[in-house]
Amino acid sequence: MSILIGRDTRLVVQGITGREGEFHSRAMLEYGTPLVAGVTPGKGGRMALDGKVPVFNTVADAVRETGANTSCIFVPAGGAPDAVLESVAAGIRTIFCITEGIPALDMIPVVEEVRLAGARLIGPNCPGATSPGSAKVGFIPGSIPREGRVGVVSRSGTLTYEAVQAMTDAGLGQSTCVGIGGDPVIGTQHIDVLKLFAEDPDTEALVLIGEIGGTAEEEAAAWAAVHMADVPRVAFIAGRTAPEGKRMGHAGAIISGGKGTAASKVTALEAAGFRVAGSPTELPALLREAGYRG
Amino acid sequence: MKIHEADAKSLLVAQGLPVPAWEVARTPSQARAAAVRFLADPGNATGKVVIKAQVLVGGRGKAGGVKLAANADEAEDVAAQILALEIKGLPVRRVLVGPAAEIVKEYYLSVLLDRATKRLMFIGSAEGGVEIEQVAVDNPGAIVYQHTDPLLGMPDYAARELAFKIGFGAHWKAGAAIAKGLLKTMLAYDADLVEINPLAVIREHNADGTPVERLVCLDAKITLDDSALPRHPQLEEFRDMDAEDPTDVEARRYDLTFIKLEGDIGCMVNGAGLAMTTMDLVNRAGGQPANFLDIGGGAKSDRVAAAMRLILEDPNVKAILVNIFGGITRGDEVAKGLIEARAQQVRDVPMVVRIVGTNAAEAAELLEAARFVTAASLDEAAAKAVAAAKGAAA
Repeated sequence: MSILIGRDTRLVVQGITGREGEFHSRAMLEYGTPLVAGVTPGKGGRMALDGKVPVFNTVADAVRETGANTSCIFVPAGGAPDAVLESVAAGIRTIFCITEGIPALDMIPVVEEVRLAGARLIGPNCPGATSPGSAKVGFIPGSIPREGRVGVVSRSGTLTYEAVQAMTDAGLGQSTCVGIGGDPVIGTQHIDVLKLFAEDPDTEALVLIGEIGGTAEEEAAAWAAVHMADVPRVAFIAGRTAPEGKRMGHAGAIISGGKGTAASKVTALEAAGFRVAGSPTELPALLREAGYRG
Repeated sequence: MKIHEADAKSLLVAQGLPVPAWEVARTPSQARAAAVRFLADPGNATGKVVIKAQVLVGGRGKAGGVKLAANADEAEDVAAQILALEIKGLPVRRVLVGPAAEIVKEYYLSVLLDRATKRLMFIGSAEGGVEIEQVAVDNPGAIVYQHTDPLLGMPDYAARELAFKIGFGAHWKAGAAIAKGLLKTMLAYDADLVEINPLAVIREHNADGTPVERLVCLDAKITLDDSALPRHPQLEEFRDMDAEDPTDVEARRYDLTFIKLEGDIGCMVNGAGLAMTTMDLVNRAGGQPANFLDIGGGAKSDRVAAAMRLILEDPNVKAILVNIFGGITRGDEVAKGLIEARAQQVRDVPMVVRIVGTNAAEAAELLEAARFVTAASLDEAAAKAVAAAKGAAA
């Protein structure tokens, strides 16, 4: 088992014939992801990825013809919010938006439409998710995760790789690794992913990777303290040495008015029963210290 | 991107908001000419002008960047003083000149992006003219928060509710209209923040000399969403090059995110989260990072070489740590860029390289042939870079 994606996933890639879309779709297919369709308006009827994947003009066509239930968006920033809306309208319930650089105001009504439709959006500006052994959606390199029972949630891309690699090297496999994205307006927060992990019978431990800015990590920690009290859990927060008022690459990563500091997040996480690592490489040992025997 | 008060006010005026007249002066004589016009205005209730430094930092008043003048000579002198200032390291190149307002009552009103709710939020207070962060500490009950609807924006009733909650008294209609105008401004230019402090009731004189009060935007602060700037090319002219490190400009050209810091270990990393982590681990190993540098995803060798030039422009840099976890980015491309950059390097700075992930084996071969110092783990790389910087310092 896993969360968000797994053996029941039937994936449609929006923007499959673009440079990025094609490159990563190929990797997803090679990983074994059930990639059943692609969408590029005007290229319906063709085949993508050496004849392996049919291309449709609309997501609705793809859903009707292939039973796609999950989408992954590689559409450029100007068209990505519309691509999310198209997925929602076509009845897709799990939507990954990989695209970065979408203006924040464009995402506000889109996130609301997703919510009203009862769908789930991961991202934008996210690396996607991988459920080792069954599916990967997005661009987390397939060589890093291993099958297992640790749930990993993180905002960023390469920092997620770093944490997952450390777990894999230590023999601790993962149920699902999720990158939720570094933008200020994202569809799914840490706490939402924790709620899914809490319901997943095959996730037995938790790794939460956060960074400075906002209060999402604190809210997730408080929820976990109550609802995942018996789940071994560890965390890492990036940005302990970041100066206040500077936006550290991610639009979300800014300390303003003394709020969103690494110190306040570490304190909240520790109070909520997380062991907080000083380096991603310490996460496996801390998870074992917390009682995880996987 | 932050923009100057005068530029922010021009955006407010373009969206129909009430802002008292102003002029921008680059020289004391220009300031004098502007002051003469405002002093001659019969509506000017104080008979004075205000001269405000246009710099992109807070605390202008405390730094001597905001002053009043009662006549043309004084205005010219004051403008000369302010134009000679450097505030928090930034030169004052322009001043705003306007009528000194007779303030009856000061309010605070802003609209900003609230990440937690994924909505826009108004913050208002009848305690304006002071830092809102201070009001939040001293008298949190004096602050009103109200979200807008993600689909409808702000209907009239919601604007009225906000105006009554803040307590604009007789000026509630103007308050509601201004709230709607701030939201309109935010949406028109893709701002992250539109802040008016103070939003003030001021007293002016009618043509016949009778006093009249109105609610106006006395100050204005707007920050723009960088991701949306490509669709507002006209706003690029508001960019203040003084407020940006020259390296920022260079970084933007190569699609790099670079922030200069105080330490001596230059860092080159792919990904913002990992770049922050790398800084943290340098610090933990007893060193100080000289910069935050994210080369982004899929960087090719030319971008890597540009990143290396940026790092080396900082004379404080005594060692360089390169940390790449290849996903989209290919390790061998980075290695080629490093080798190219070192060939052009004018200054001999020790470099520790850690490349893992996509094409790491190819990268290792290239780096070994070129005799780079490498590291397997991030912790090891940080320790080696710190040792190298200390060795260089000794």
